[in-house]
Amino acid sequence: MDKPIRVLVAKPGLDGHDRGAKVIARALRDAGMEVIYTGLRQTPEQIVAAAVQEDVDVVAMSILSGAHNHLFPKVVRLLKEEGIEDVLVLGGGVIPEDDIPGLKEAGVEGIFTPGTPTKEVIEFIKGNVKK
Amino acid sequence: MYEEKKLEQIKSSFKDWDEEVGKQLGKRPEMKEIFATGSDKTVERLYTPLDISELDYEKDLGYPGEYPYTRGVQPTMYRGRFWTMRQYAGFASAEESNNRYKYLLEQGQTGLSVAFDLPTQIGYDSDHALSEGEVGKVGVAIDSLRDMEILFDGIPLDKVSTSMTINAPASVLLAMYIAVAEKQGVTPGQLRGTIQNDILKEYIARGTYIFPVEESMRLITNIFEYCSKEVPQWNTISISGYHIREAGSTAAQEVAFTLADGIAYVDAAIKAGLDVDDFAPRLSFFFNAHNDLLEEVSKYRAARRLWARIMKERFGAKKEKSLQLKFHTQTAGSTLTAQQSDNNIVRVAIQTLAAVLGGTQSLHTNSRDEALALPTEDSVRIALRTQQIVAHESGVIETVDPLAGSYYIESLTNDIEKEAMDYIEKIDNLGGAPKAIEKGFIQKEIQNSAYKYQMQVESLEKIVVGVNKFRIEETEKKELLKVDPHVELMQKKKIERLKSIRDNDKVQNTLDVLKAKAETEENLMPFIIDAVKEYATLGEVCGVLREVFGEYEQSVIL
Repeated sequence: MDKPIRVLVAKPGLDGHDRGAKVIARALRDAGMEVIYTGLRQTPEQIVAAAVQEDVDVVAMSILSGAHNHLFPKVVRLLKEEGIEDVLVLGGGVIPEDDIPGLKEAGVEGIFTPGTPTKEVIEFIKGNVKK
Repeated sequence: MYEEKKLEQIKSSFKDWDEEVGKQLGKRPEMKEIFATGSDKTVERLYTPLDISELDYEKDLGYPGEYPYTRGVQPTMYRGRFWTMRQYAGFASAEESNNRYKYLLEQGQTGLSVAFDLPTQIGYDSDHALSEGEVGKVGVAIDSLRDMEILFDGIPLDKVSTSMTINAPASVLLAMYIAVAEKQGVTPGQLRGTIQNDILKEYIARGTYIFPVEESMRLITNIFEYCSKEVPQWNTISISGYHIREAGSTAAQEVAFTLADGIAYVDAAIKAGLDVDDFAPRLSFFFNAHNDLLEEVSKYRAARRLWARIMKERFGAKKEKSLQLKFHTQTAGSTLTAQQSDNNIVRVAIQTLAAVLGGTQSLHTNSRDEALALPTEDSVRIALRTQQIVAHESGVIETVDPLAGSYYIESLTNDIEKEAMDYIEKIDNLGGAPKAIEKGFIQKEIQNSAYKYQMQVESLEKIVVGVNKFRIEETEKKELLKVDPHVELMQKKKIERLKSIRDNDKVQNTLDVLKAKAETEENLMPFIIDAVKEYATLGEVCGVLREVFGEYEQSVIL
């Protein structure tokens, strides 16, 4: 049997809106993945440390405060600095369309905005996980 | 409300009707097996006097302005005066937010509502490492009294009432507000407004906590005590169900957890030696308005009645104002869709009606583009106009509590009150709201409701127009508000400059005194006011308190 996909669900920055992060965490778990949820107020450094320690396949971050352009790419960069290239990085939240190309270019491979069904996220992970 | 004999007749005629309908269902079936409210409460085909046969008009409804206030806290409601139209606003710098406030006041808004950025809400200055990327994003950045002076420049604080969405550092922002007023020649006694100051819902749902529970409760009771003497027209707390609902709770859970938090604050203040009638008149509440119009109206009515009963029976409050649940409403951000976002105008209109038919004291209407970004000026104007249309054109304000007596509304009001009471009893058994939060009980209940709702949307059991049905391909670019990315740098420069021109010895002195007093049981408000008047920054004041109080550790529950 295949090893289950391991996902770190993370809340970077100071934003306290975690409804989406928790719903996604539970949906991924119900889909058979192993999910670790960081809780609120994580710095990019803490998220990368958790990703390394938990040896995850996916880092899924959620921000609704508008700080995504700053925090998402920073996590990708720090992962690279740790020599980690095979982790799928995803972002969700209130993210204006104009910001999406820049984030994708920065290495956030999937961006999910309000109204996205959890199934879509699950399928995206299954189709794009690298390990 | 009905005679026994009449009820018997109705029971019999209802049975006949129901059987007749039952026969026709084979040919003309209903669209669903089970009908339900937005919060998933089962709804019957028809409500009749049989559903409210126990209702006692004078005991359960009474008259507006009279106990138990089911029908409203004022006798004439909107015939006397409309609700306060209060748009929550703030972004980027104090200068830009000041402009937006002046614009809103010119457009006929009647009160201010300040949104702070996250660093401010969590007690960090703009130059703190954790503030990176967040400065000015979800509200205005306030680092010191200097920013507050700019924020309210040209706005007479004896004329407007100001609501501030600030919780963990509420005492610091209130201190700054008092200091700005003083510079305008306005005394604390003239100030009208509200601080949110509701830390329990931060632990439950909103996330901008700083200090541990006990220390936070101390700061809150310090504010109650200080304001009852010095700032008597100030609403010292806005006990908030709004964020609990946004986190995914049902309507009944929103009432239950909000009032359970309210009970905890009253308990804490009484334990600190205050008399319930000295502080209870200044307690206020804050609720959500979702799309299920009739359920929401029932929710507000149930909350009012239940709080009046709790204050009277549980706490023995005597003053009328102590028994009255006054509340602000905001339309539901979580119901806004990023898809076909102009449809949100309609959702907000329905939610506005709910709040007004439910007897709100003030209202913020969300803008159509808020699932995408902070709202543009045009969007905010439409949202404000929505309130004005309901006020002036819809006719719902002509009489007080117009939906009262509807079999459905009264039955649902009873139902929501009952469910909330059951929850409050459970929470009491866990040791009260702070303990129930520590154990994760409240968070878990909310998460379960949120997950269930999401699954219902995905299985099309619940339809969200434009999201899981009636979708279209959208290509048109929308005009969105962009926060100037230079705000962070500007704020950092302002702090640097401030620290070079203020009297740093005096600042240090006031901070040392505050630190020493934090270790005693004295009321901290006067010492916080002293510090901010010397231009100690928000981060410095909160930093001192962090040293003494420590920080809250979130219990992560999935």
